[in-house]
Amino acid sequence: MATTRERTEETTGLDQRAEEKHRSLWGDVWRQFRRHKGAMVGLVLLAVIVFGSYFGPWFWPKDPFAIDTSLANLPPSVESPFGTDNLGRDVLARVMVGGRISLSVGITAMLLSVFIGTAIGILAGYFKWLDGWLMRFTDLFLALPILPLLLVIIMLFRDTLRAQFGPELGIFLLVVFVIGITSWMQTARIVRGEVLSVKEEEFVLAANSIGTRKRNVIFRHVLPNVLSPVMVAAALGVAVAIITESALSFLGLGFPSDFPTWGRLVTDAKDTINITPARVIWPGMMISLTVISVNFIGDGLRDALDPRLRSR
Amino acid sequence: MGQYIIRRTLIAIPTLVVISFVIFIILDLAPGDPTASLPLTVPPEVRERIRETLGFNDPFLIRWFKWMSQMFIAEPLNATEQVFNVSLGDSEERLRILSWSSRAPVIDTILERLPQTIWVLGTAFILGVLIAIPVGVISAYKQYSAFDNVGTFVSMAGYSMPVFFTGVLAIVIFSVWLDWFPSFYDTTHKVTDFDSFVFQLKQMAMPVGVLALFNAAALSRFTRSSVLDNLNEDYVRTARSKGLRENRVLLRHVLRNSLIPVVTLIALQIPGIFAGAIITETIFRINGLGKYLIDSILAADIPAVQTLTFIFAALTVFFNLIADVTYGLLDPRIRYD
Repeated sequence: MATTRERTEETTGLDQRAEEKHRSLWGDVWRQFRRHKGAMVGLVLLAVIVFGSYFGPWFWPKDPFAIDTSLANLPPSVESPFGTDNLGRDVLARVMVGGRISLSVGITAMLLSVFIGTAIGILAGYFKWLDGWLMRFTDLFLALPILPLLLVIIMLFRDTLRAQFGPELGIFLLVVFVIGITSWMQTARIVRGEVLSVKEEEFVLAANSIGTRKRNVIFRHVLPNVLSPVMVAAALGVAVAIITESALSFLGLGFPSDFPTWGRLVTDAKDTINITPARVIWPGMMISLTVISVNFIGDGLRDALDPRLRSR
Repeated sequence: MGQYIIRRTLIAIPTLVVISFVIFIILDLAPGDPTASLPLTVPPEVRERIRETLGFNDPFLIRWFKWMSQMFIAEPLNATEQVFNVSLGDSEERLRILSWSSRAPVIDTILERLPQTIWVLGTAFILGVLIAIPVGVISAYKQYSAFDNVGTFVSMAGYSMPVFFTGVLAIVIFSVWLDWFPSFYDTTHKVTDFDSFVFQLKQMAMPVGVLALFNAAALSRFTRSSVLDNLNEDYVRTARSKGLRENRVLLRHVLRNSLIPVVTLIALQIPGIFAGAIITETIFRINGLGKYLIDSILAADIPAVQTLTFIFAALTVFFNLIADVTYGLLDPRIRYD
């Protein structure tokens, strides 16, 4: 191989410069992504929030669960920049721990929903005999009233799962699972549409004609070509999952109050809102900032992954 | 088109049946017991009899069929009787869907709560549309102007801030600090004179404002992109080159075409608004359908949850159908065969 390339380089006069100019697909995507101002701001903001949630406790080593009623309902101060709650717990430390849970729920639920959505989308798009059934199934899910059903399912299975996996892991699994299985429909529809058009491309025909196995056609040829909408859906899916989780916690059917998530913190704080408004504002702000940055990142990704825009 | 509407309606019926079945299966796993809310002094035999009369001990399919017949035969008959003040068949014997916690017919409670929900949600929805469309059109027409940038940012923020946060924030600012509006919604308030009307407006301001902002956010972004798509079309250039005034080009030609997908999205948003009602009504303590649903869920009142969830599902299916049909009616290029 090497000799052939040397020879072509000699004959065509290509030198090292051309080699350096080589651009990969993801390099192009990144270059386009960087041009999207909102997306870059979103990325930085999200990085700060993620870093703060996971590594913040190293810099702010207050115990988020330490109860001291003599410090209850303090306004923001140097000792506790976000104030304290009605049991004297430090709100900044709780917001950090809450962020870990909210972000983990968002990411895990998104992975589940993207996995289900992509699988169903590919199966429906690639296998004609499955298409009608799977799409009917998707439509059925789209017609389900999601929020009421989520509430009902959580109410029903909360105690069983808590007994099975312990109070924290049980509710985490339940929330992630219910959000995941009720938010995959849009991904499935988009992926199906993409697969339907990719399937007709010549490279798939070529792969089929040299006798590539169906499994390999799907994983090596079809899947990589539908990745862009999947990535956009994944970015937006995190936002949806975080909002849904916090809404569930807000309605009292998500995480229990000894297990702070951002939504739960807002709920617990809303009754003492005229004494310590900071307790509501900070966690709520974190949810909004995370969602807004994820939405901007999704926007940027959509533009960056669209080759028609990239040529500009 | 007529054929298409008929076919879609016919498909909607089995969909709803399947949905009601799915909801029923999920609820059947519930550890709910109709006698759980009774005082402890009620002896077990009496409890058993109550379960028996409520049909709690029947097999699953029987209970489902009973619920279906109550929902689709008994309740509509009852409604007809009340509207026309007549008696159809043995109306005294007819079984209605009874709530486990209040023992009242679920449908009656729903009808009692419906006006509050419709008032707040309907106003918020209309207000949202009225804000979103002009903002979206101007943003698109003056793309990348200051107005567009601010509009895009505000709508992105409005879209990203969860309703329960903006709601609580609004209470802090407008009710606690500024003391402009009451922090909760008084459902028993009656509008009799000008003062009470002003009070009604005041107590509606926050829930309506919060919901309208949220609805307008998504819709204005969608309107903007739809108008942008149309502004680059050839017919716009033709209209301009004919010498039409810019107003006319924008309002007659571009707006009309861009609103087609927007109308569809509006129809698709309506069921979501009912779901949003659950949260808004919880924050502002509005005694509407969403509050009823969450209360029934927390009280494990299975018949009420079943009926309400089914109504939400029926609304979703119905508005999906409306969206598809209006799309076909408004856009003659769409052919359903």
